[in-house]
Amino acid sequence: MDGIHDMGGMHGFGKVEPEPNEPVFHADWEGRCLALNRAMGYTGLWTIDQTRAGIEELPPEVYLSSSYYRKWALRLENMVVKHGLAGADEIEAGHAMRPGQTLKRKLAAADVPKTLTRGSFARPAPAPARFAPGDRVRTKNIHPATHTRLPRYARGKLGTVEALRGCHVFPDAAALGRGEDPQWLYTVVFAGRELWGDAAEPSLKVSIEAFEPYLEPA
Amino acid sequence: MPHDHREDDHHEHGSELNEMQLRVRALETVLAEKGYIDPAAIDVIIEAYETKVGPHNGARVVARAWNDPAFKKALLADASKAVVALGLMNRVGDHLIAVENTPKLHNMIVCTLCSCYPWEVLGLPPVWYKSAPYRSRAVNDPRGVLADFGVSLPADTEIRVWDSTAETRFLVLPMRPAGTESWSEDELAALVTRDSMIGTGLAKDPSANNPQAKNSKAM
Repeated sequence: MDGIHDMGGMHGFGKVEPEPNEPVFHADWEGRCLALNRAMGYTGLWTIDQTRAGIEELPPEVYLSSSYYRKWALRLENMVVKHGLAGADEIEAGHAMRPGQTLKRKLAAADVPKTLTRGSFARPAPAPARFAPGDRVRTKNIHPATHTRLPRYARGKLGTVEALRGCHVFPDAAALGRGEDPQWLYTVVFAGRELWGDAAEPSLKVSIEAFEPYLEPA
Repeated sequence: MPHDHREDDHHEHGSELNEMQLRVRALETVLAEKGYIDPAAIDVIIEAYETKVGPHNGARVVARAWNDPAFKKALLADASKAVVALGLMNRVGDHLIAVENTPKLHNMIVCTLCSCYPWEVLGLPPVWYKSAPYRSRAVNDPRGVLADFGVSLPADTEIRVWDSTAETRFLVLPMRPAGTESWSEDELAALVTRDSMIGTGLAKDPSANNPQAKNSKAM
């Protein structure tokens, strides 16, 4: 999706402003919002790619004007309603008015420590890898209206495969609920000038983690 | 004026605070009443991210790599496996990749599409990492971004920006500061900042807190 979230290379956002001694959360609700998202993720009703798509689908003006955890809260509200887990009227009222569904899993306090370890996204490969480190590749010029992990600034660009990272769940399919559709994942590196033109910093190289369907031989 | 800017931020933050406190409380109440979440689990998750998971974990990994060449080799070969074998922290999942800074190469990590970050070794990302200025500029103006952090590198140092566009996660192994040859792992870990493991900073200057310098002063 060519959305506002795809920010690489955009101008006009100003300086980076690090906050000295930044707290983990700036308000109690931020921590609760993060934890609610984690706990609802544990139910297995949606994948991480569906949650990323849920942020990307927020209206651009909301995306830009909301803090990080506000986006997470809006996304969770939307997903809860979309999956029929609660009505917008109940969220508005702040109380359940109807009984809940029975879900596959519910996160218990005792099980939280094991959820701090990320699951693996590696999957058995359906076919041999098409590319090898050292291969020259060109990223495809694609503009899907749905979730993709190929950023705009790196489309249609000539790069070099630097590493093969294994065969992983393919976000573009998983975000649509089309199963995991495992694909080979590569680190592909580009010269700064390939991405940004002759005025680019000569000492710059940028890499993306590219799934095989994003690439063609060059 | 910077002063006005801060007041605006404060004002916006204040109104969002009230709105979001109520909104998140409403959502939590509904989810709990429906039986989908256990508020006790919510408390444990918050506590974990406030106290257990943070950049102190990554700093231990870096300090060990500085002090133990065999571990450094293993870390650069397969960081998930090497960190799990250390046994210092909660088990780290797959796909962690360590990238080494040298005098000729400086690595910087970004996620231009969202906020991907190695939570298990660095904790939750800081606000600036998730912000539009960092995500937009890291890939085309990394030296400008470094300047925002007060960092300047030689013109001939190659800058490599890693855009975290998949489930691979990156940890920068910063350069070990000179003059720390006899330092213990704990002393070294105190020099390893979060930003140095993202690539927007360098390890701390040891002359600022050299334990041996302090000892000699005390004597």
